[in-house]
Amino acid sequence: MKANIPAKPKNNLKLVKRLISVIAIIAIYVWTFASVNIEWSKIFSMRTIENFDRIIPRFFDPAFQETGSIMLKMIETVFIAYTGSLAAAIIAIPLAFLCASNIVKSRIVNQIGMWILGAVRAFPEVLLAIIFVAAVGPNPFAGVLAISVGSTGMLGKLYSEVIESIDMKIIESLESSGANKLQILFYGIFPQVLPEFLSYAIYRFEIDVRASSVLGVVGAGGIGTLITFAYLNRNWEEVGMILLVIIVVVTIIDQISSFIRKRLV
Amino acid sequence: MSNPNEKYVPKSLYPTKTKLTITLALVGIIGFYLISSIQTESFIVNFFLKIGNVTELVGRFFPPDWSYAQQVWSKLFETIHMAIISSTIATLISIPFCLLTARNITTNKYLYNTMRFILNIIRTVPDIVLAVVFVGLFGIGVFSGIIALIIFAIGILVKLMSETIESIDMNPSEAIKASGGNTLQIIWYAVVPQVLPQFISFGLYVFEVNIRASVVLGLVGAGGVGQLINTQINFLNYPAVMTIVIIIFVVVVIIDYISSKLREGLV
Amino acid sequence: MIEFKNLSLTYPNGTQGLKNINIKINKGEFVVIVGLSGAGKSTFIRSINRLVTPTAGELHVEGEDILQYKGRDLRELRKKIGMIFQSYNLVHRSTVLKNVIAGRLGYTSTLRSIFNMYPTEDIELAYENLKRVNIENKLYSRADELSGGQQQRVSIARVLTQQPNVILADEPVASLDPPTSHQVMTYLKQINREDNITTIVNLHFIDMAMEYADRIIGMRDGEVVYDGPASKVNEGTFEEIYGRSIREEDMRGGKEDVES
Repeated sequence: MKANIPAKPKNNLKLVKRLISVIAIIAIYVWTFASVNIEWSKIFSMRTIENFDRIIPRFFDPAFQETGSIMLKMIETVFIAYTGSLAAAIIAIPLAFLCASNIVKSRIVNQIGMWILGAVRAFPEVLLAIIFVAAVGPNPFAGVLAISVGSTGMLGKLYSEVIESIDMKIIESLESSGANKLQILFYGIFPQVLPEFLSYAIYRFEIDVRASSVLGVVGAGGIGTLITFAYLNRNWEEVGMILLVIIVVVTIIDQISSFIRKRLV
Repeated sequence: MSNPNEKYVPKSLYPTKTKLTITLALVGIIGFYLISSIQTESFIVNFFLKIGNVTELVGRFFPPDWSYAQQVWSKLFETIHMAIISSTIATLISIPFCLLTARNITTNKYLYNTMRFILNIIRTVPDIVLAVVFVGLFGIGVFSGIIALIIFAIGILVKLMSETIESIDMNPSEAIKASGGNTLQIIWYAVVPQVLPQFISFGLYVFEVNIRASVVLGLVGAGGVGQLINTQINFLNYPAVMTIVIIIFVVVVIIDYISSKLREGLV
Repeated sequence: MIEFKNLSLTYPNGTQGLKNINIKINKGEFVVIVGLSGAGKSTFIRSINRLVTPTAGELHVEGEDILQYKGRDLRELRKKIGMIFQSYNLVHRSTVLKNVIAGRLGYTSTLRSIFNMYPTEDIELAYENLKRVNIENKLYSRADELSGGQQQRVSIARVLTQQPNVILADEPVASLDPPTSHQVMTYLKQINREDNITTIVNLHFIDMAMEYADRIIGMRDGEVVYDGPASKVNEGTFEEIYGRSIREEDMRGGKEDVES
């Protein structure tokens, strides 16, 4: 039985749009599940059970005797992240100003700036690391370059949003008091944006510590190198220890970073 | 010491304490930077000194080997499939967990703190370590990659979702409660409509993240396009590597664009 | 009938929300509770549907002490008591109809309500109630597309769809402009008359209280300091209730702007 109330007004365009998206979503899932290649028989096999029996106990029995060497590599990871983030935090500033439409009043320049930042963001850091390893050799420097380029993309975008949200009245009043462009920058803009810039840079450092622990897999220094070796040698005690060190160090850095960021803003 | 006839003249624009803090912070930042640079042997100057060298080395990547592209497609689709499946499953799994880590829903302090603690630990584990472990357990292939991505994504999703739930307007749930609705009805009528668009948007965001992450996973044998990169690097076939890099780049740009348009429409 | 017997409420932080209240409210009365903010008006109203739980005394609704109610009993009680809020408390993203049909939740099984399988009568009832507050043409609009006054009318329709015996309204017009305030109060009064629904409204505007109430209860610091018919109230009474002289902000005004 239909309720005796006015029918819902039909919006054909909306209906068609909705229909198309539903079909598209179903199609994507059908395509995915039909073509994904999982060998279930291999996964649910005796071998998997054996693997569990063999690996899990070793994994949870971390190789504490390796603590020293793993810590050294983890510190290197933190250093890579720090150097990379700091470089990015500085390089991103001029780029961000180019993208901010309230500072540079040219839509074309803004757009070009956005494209550059967007393109940089689209590169997974590992790909950057691969290129830099080929360029400067398999060393931490390649990692630093990968991190700094990768972080510039994100920081530039966040910075430009901060700049666009500043109070323009202050700039106006400085202008009317006869300040030149550079003076406006240092007296009117920087005081407004620096705390947030710094907060974002520290946040990005948190992310970079995680990111740089991966880069070693392609030879760009840091703890990732040890992960590859331990994995190739099936040394699960060491994998367990590496994970433990990462968890502890990353947690400590997150705590410090969020403490500083809370005090900044 | 102070002469009442003498006018007080501030010596500086900033209070002494602020000045001291800023100076110390700067010294700290720069000092740590110097240590880091020495440790990682990565003075930015090096980059410019070696720039000739660098351009020559980068030159090895060009021109990209386009004939290799044909071999990339199937693995690329595998990466996309992995990302789709893992994002979907991770989103579904995250929903009950985000209720447990939202302060306004889970009022039991011990449960809340325990869940938060577990979540924070999961979030510190790099995707690559997850992949290594699951490849060890389930063998080389897509399945290991998917499991690794699911866990990786849950860490991100639960945090974002629980923050959304903590920020919802609790007034409608009070109204439903006052009209005699039970807990499930309160969630369905007052909470779900407020958070659903956000949750879908987070699902798409995690899909973007997973596409990038699954490139990494292939490097240790967990399926997807990363496997090809690994092989080609071992062969020192850089033009082929460049082809893969460019293809991934284009696909990521397209997917990010579509996903961000969809997300704008949602919220 | 609602009866407060020596009712007190102490919050966990030690503040006394209600102090030894003894009040009887009869079927069909239109009662306005007045008092300054923090006087305990909200606590008073929320005790009746147990959104807050008094700590001592008894509270009888239709002859039963409701303070012991839990779970199902509590939901049954709330089903028969509608509530209107200062901030309307609609779900912004849902349509008007969906917000109104939410008034039937207490009558509908969880499974049915999750799949939107409401009996036709319920949907018709919801529509009828929207008609009563003259907003039926916004049936399928999203709640956040409506103005404040329209949203409050939708929330009245939601309450009516509950088919309650009692309507509680907690500062229903505090967020509205004067003409809309009068419109909303007129609807409440009209419903009270036509359906003989006991209506208890919190207000801090003196002029509105005098205009719409049958009976006025004055509160200060958690205590009832005045209780009497609205006809016997004058500005002096309010000065006693508020413990200070009357100011401009205690008046809503704007009656002459509203038509019909």
